[in-house]
Amino acid sequence: MAEPHVIVVGAGPAGVRAAETLVAAGLRPMVIDEDACGGGQIYRRQPANFARPAEAIYASEAGKASAVHATLDRLAGRIDYLSNTLAWNIDDRLLYVVNGMAAAELPFDALIVAAGATDRVMPVPGWTLPGVFTLGAAQIALKSQACAIGREVAFLGTGPLLYLVAHQYATAGGNVAAVLDTSAKADRVAALPMLAARPALLARGLSYLRDLRRRGVPVLDGVVPAAIAGSQEAGVQCLTVRHRGRAVAIACDAVAMGHHLRPETQLADLARCDFRFDPPTRQWLPVVDRDCRTSVKRIYLAGDGVRIAGADAAEIQGRLAACAALQDLGRAAPDIGAAALRLRLARMDWFRRGLARAFPWPWRLAASLPDNAVVCRCERITAGELRAAVRANGAPEVNRAKAFSRVGMGRCQGRYCGHAAAEIVADAAGAPIESVGRLRGQAPVKPLPIAAKGAGLP
Amino acid sequence: MSGHADVIVVGGGIMGSAATFFLRRRGRSVILLERGLVGQQASGTNFGNVRRQGRFLPQLPLANRSRAIWGRLNELLGEDAEFLATGHIRICYRREDIGALESHARSVEEYGLKLELLSQNMLRDRFPFIGPEAVAGSLSPNDGHANPRLAAPAFAYAARRQGAQVRENVEVLNIEKSGEDFRVETASGEAFRAPAVLVTAGAWAARLSAMFGEPVPLVAHGPQMAVTEPVVYAIRPVVGVYSQVTEEGVYLRQVSRGNIVYGGGNRGPALIDARRAYVKPQNTLRQFRQISRAVPALGALRIIRVWSGIEGYLPDMIPIMGPSAKAPGLFYAFGFCGHGFQLGPGVGDAMAELIDTGATVTPIEPFHIKRFAAAPAVGAQAAARP
Repeated sequence: MAEPHVIVVGAGPAGVRAAETLVAAGLRPMVIDEDACGGGQIYRRQPANFARPAEAIYASEAGKASAVHATLDRLAGRIDYLSNTLAWNIDDRLLYVVNGMAAAELPFDALIVAAGATDRVMPVPGWTLPGVFTLGAAQIALKSQACAIGREVAFLGTGPLLYLVAHQYATAGGNVAAVLDTSAKADRVAALPMLAARPALLARGLSYLRDLRRRGVPVLDGVVPAAIAGSQEAGVQCLTVRHRGRAVAIACDAVAMGHHLRPETQLADLARCDFRFDPPTRQWLPVVDRDCRTSVKRIYLAGDGVRIAGADAAEIQGRLAACAALQDLGRAAPDIGAAALRLRLARMDWFRRGLARAFPWPWRLAASLPDNAVVCRCERITAGELRAAVRANGAPEVNRAKAFSRVGMGRCQGRYCGHAAAEIVADAAGAPIESVGRLRGQAPVKPLPIAAKGAGLP
Repeated sequence: MSGHADVIVVGGGIMGSAATFFLRRRGRSVILLERGLVGQQASGTNFGNVRRQGRFLPQLPLANRSRAIWGRLNELLGEDAEFLATGHIRICYRREDIGALESHARSVEEYGLKLELLSQNMLRDRFPFIGPEAVAGSLSPNDGHANPRLAAPAFAYAARRQGAQVRENVEVLNIEKSGEDFRVETASGEAFRAPAVLVTAGAWAARLSAMFGEPVPLVAHGPQMAVTEPVVYAIRPVVGVYSQVTEEGVYLRQVSRGNIVYGGGNRGPALIDARRAYVKPQNTLRQFRQISRAVPALGALRIIRVWSGIEGYLPDMIPIMGPSAKAPGLFYAFGFCGHGFQLGPGVGDAMAELIDTGATVTPIEPFHIKRFAAAPAVGAQAAARP
């Protein structure tokens, strides 16, 4: 019998553990990595000519990061590892990838997608100025290139990444102008029982906060972002928020912003997996069972690409997804102690929901976004244009609003603006958020060069 | 809720929306019933071609009528559907195809459509972006393109402003003759009555015509569309490739904001029950080669999105249009085989005239549903694109 062909998309903690488990079962999986050398975003590796020790980059997570890297390195020769490769479409049991201009069509018997997450962003007037980055991008600059995004960096948004990246900047010698959290203290107090599911993680988060305060960094919560001021030429000059009823202006030359994370679900969408609305996080998420099976046979989703549960959960899900795939393919799965892993995962999921409660998506801000604020960066669509499209012709659904206004039609296909756009549509239509739907995902997952071609392809 | 009107239009694509608009202008009361949202399927997802050259000749009077309406669409509707008379150029790659372009140019002249034939050198001079493989071209200077996402809704909402009842998310389950009127029942339990019914339900229309003993071999396909990232506006006319080879038959246009929209070649799967159509990745890659042959500079760009929609096709590649042969008061306009967008306004106008006066000045006899009366529902041979 021919060996089943399993493809893993993503080489972060979930993807690497999935590949390791498949290799342990005697398979030779293919691993597709958009990046150059594995690790994913969380454990992103520095370029070859950089020599910082792991502790300097990953701090408390250095051991886990190094373990994931070592596993990927050890798998060399036993997996087919395609780096710098984008999986851009799926058609039944074929995955379409491109590396530079080289396209390929890869048949699979099982596909494990561990595509990770990107920042969830609520726009603020001025967020398209040069010098404004997502929290994830600010962290990549530091992790990958040992660079800061500015000399005086203000951190705006919410979520664990807000404090983590600010802390990393401060530790690395950057100037943190302020940390401005849109969530309120009451949110975090209410979430404490859930966050207590992972006491070590909770303690670490609190230590970041203490350390930032000790360094004299202004840390404000319950803020309402007002605007980022500056110009195209000069870039960011100032960030203003409202805090306890008064305006606070923070002088800075860069802003890192984000409101927790959102899963990268485009491949799941293209594979036609079922999605379900998740009320606590106010977004549509792919439906998976406890072992990462989707509604589509032989398609599995693992890691932050399904739920934002973090790197530890991702490693577990990668293993569970691989075992589920092996089982469904009629192959013996290695003993990974699945029952115990599922229990740990359940605890982590409790913590995940705690984070969503502690650092809620500030959806109410969408309604107060001024009409001239840009919502869709790619197509430069303002909140006012989107509202007009909804009100003029009654576009009670995001794809309709997209058709009329072009919101989400550009290069990112709404990955950055989609959630805020949905909130604006819901508000303008006076409809509940779950009723306005979600932007339909279309290929390619990211822009695809017309010059792409490959052997054996049309 | 229920209602009575002079005419019930079933299906709010561009045909139904335009017919509703023109019926209102003729003073008729109209109820338009759309299962989803107006202009959402084939009408909203097509290429946006406002092209007359290359059509089945007997369709040209209708295409001309439609082109005249496109020219004053903004004034008629009070909304901009982004129609631009940029010209439409057809190119071919083979010397043996030049004759077909020449004879087509001669044939359309009697219908009042003047085409300019261009040699390879003239092509090169006037449209330097066209690839060196093109050996000749045919320019239709007054054709162009419009935005399909806006056109059908613009008609429907303009009709609503003029008093038509435009009902979205209302699915018609059954139509039957009941006394003088037709009774139209919906999934939500409503019933509407009218002495005249126009079926403009696109790929879904065959089920309705079958209710009146007029089955037709309608099948659904999805166009394979894509759009590039925006670049400097440089390609004014719509460009289409004339070829006997399906894969080569691609078409493209640049919108003034810079993106290049293209499609063509093989069609993709369309699921009428799920209301989804897909772009096959293999077709995307095939189109890359063909689109770069037509305009080589496109090889330097990236596409940012593909999409498809659900189009109804008949085996002879022409639509069904006109009165029912079985039920007086029942009318059809559907199955436009992927070339209905340009015709939409004209079809709406002509059908409104037909329903209002009993006749239309534009000949539409070749499209009568009776041509399928004797034919078997399956096994009919697909004719080549006219």
